[in-house]
Amino acid sequence: MRPLRNVIYVQTQNAWLHKDNENLVLKVDKETKARVPIHKLQGLVCFGQVTISPYLMAHCAENGITITFLNMFGKYLARVEGPASGNVLLRRTQHITGHNVEKSVAIAQTMLTGKLYNQRYVIRRYLRDHSEKINDEKILIDLQVAEKRLTRCLTQLTDCKTIDTLMGREGEAAQVYFGVFNHLIRQADFEFDSRRRRPPTDPVNALLSFFYTLLTHDCRSALETTGLDPASGFLHQLRSGRPSLALDMAEEFRPMVDRFVLSLINKRQVVSKDFETWPNGSMTLKDEPRKTLLAAWQDRKQDNLFHPWFEETVPIGLLPWLQAQILARFLRGDCDSYVPFLWK
Amino acid sequence: MIKQVALEPIYLSRLQHYLYCSRQFALIELENIWIENQFTAEGQVLHQRVNQADQQKRGAVRTARALRLANAELRIEGVADVVEYHQQADGTEIPFPIEYKRGKPKAHRADEVQLCAQALCLEEMHGVAIPEGALFYGEVRRRHPVIFDAELRNLTLQTIIACRDIVQTNITPHAIYQARKCNGCSLIDQCHPKDFGKSASAWLAAQLKKD
Repeated sequence: MRPLRNVIYVQTQNAWLHKDNENLVLKVDKETKARVPIHKLQGLVCFGQVTISPYLMAHCAENGITITFLNMFGKYLARVEGPASGNVLLRRTQHITGHNVEKSVAIAQTMLTGKLYNQRYVIRRYLRDHSEKINDEKILIDLQVAEKRLTRCLTQLTDCKTIDTLMGREGEAAQVYFGVFNHLIRQADFEFDSRRRRPPTDPVNALLSFFYTLLTHDCRSALETTGLDPASGFLHQLRSGRPSLALDMAEEFRPMVDRFVLSLINKRQVVSKDFETWPNGSMTLKDEPRKTLLAAWQDRKQDNLFHPWFEETVPIGLLPWLQAQILARFLRGDCDSYVPFLWK
Repeated sequence: MIKQVALEPIYLSRLQHYLYCSRQFALIELENIWIENQFTAEGQVLHQRVNQADQQKRGAVRTARALRLANAELRIEGVADVVEYHQQADGTEIPFPIEYKRGKPKAHRADEVQLCAQALCLEEMHGVAIPEGALFYGEVRRRHPVIFDAELRNLTLQTIIACRDIVQTNITPHAIYQARKCNGCSLIDQCHPKDFGKSASAWLAAQLKKD
């Protein structure tokens, strides 16, 4: 399995990056600070005032190394894409498949199967780890009922013949899942009522939204790297400017973000004073904690999980990329179905 | 079906990919997948020296580097590392292609086929018969003569036809895992030769039934 090659995060302000033979060189005030062989890289993420030579950009683009520019706070600015990126035959097949309702439903159904399966895992895992510590009988029963209802939703997905019915089932599962989500929070100053977006108005929703955005971004990169068109989805409707396929692919990984957010809260890596409230009631992370949590997110991506389809243990950061490959291989006719990542 | 594809020439260097593995050829040609590994990078370094187009004459031998070649009838094209033009007693010249390779002579004939295809181009371009050429192996630093006999020519033509078939049908052949080949292939992590043999739908159904 391809190792998760290094992603270099350049946070040094006024850094200048250029190519010297097969090496990436980082200079500050004309002084060389670092030198890395480029073939060891997978991605380059630049925060704030970082400049890159066009030749290094071209080299990265040709070798599938993504360059992403973010502002100092990790907000996405731009991405560098080279001439070699993308595979027209794959994209064409993807678009043709998108026109075929039956095939689109089949793909969307497997993706949602992954999502519900993994949502159920979050609850099962909690029951397994904390059952004895749950004093409140009602909470225990709520969680057990939710687990059973998710299993039912999961089997009902197979009968769906349209995207609308699939969305309906998914909505049902979301109600069940987020209905008990507050039970999984073990810190009194955090409370989850229901999933609220645009904008989130409480810390838990603010965290979920923040990391869902990063997740979608990772899925998008993975799809681009694989040569798929991130804008052409099967479950999410097409809308100009929206990365529908990246959103589709993110579905099966959302529960992993949920569990990551729960662990940040439960381990007190984030506390209520890390948030600030705006006049319209929306809530965001303050700058410093945002940086800390970004670092925690990067660490999490280095953790290993077992991938049942490939029967191998892989870093979490590689999962979107592997799923994009399965999707591409399915579209190209290598296998008879897309298979989602099943969290075990 | 995209008709124009049929008219596009096959690159000479891709023939050896096909001979190594037809799926590797398709992944590169159809799916635009290319990953450098140690071996491919070494090949690039070796070629940097011969990639500079130039020509010079020394005695009876005129040498051209990075010479562009094509055979319109076979619809193949590419670049020869080195072509020497050997002057004959009658004043005519016979081209002598030389291809640079990393490593050493191999058991399979992929390198010879690539060279033979170069000869087929040169034969059409110059209207002469070319009896032989050479492979220069970086590891042993020695020329290895290659005779363009009927058998090699036939193999080369068959390879060109097989490559064109893949491009025209637009189908990537299924993977067949062979440890020796696959583990040395830079595309192994894109190809997943072991994983796509099983039925995905059956696998998924079984996983869901399990719990």
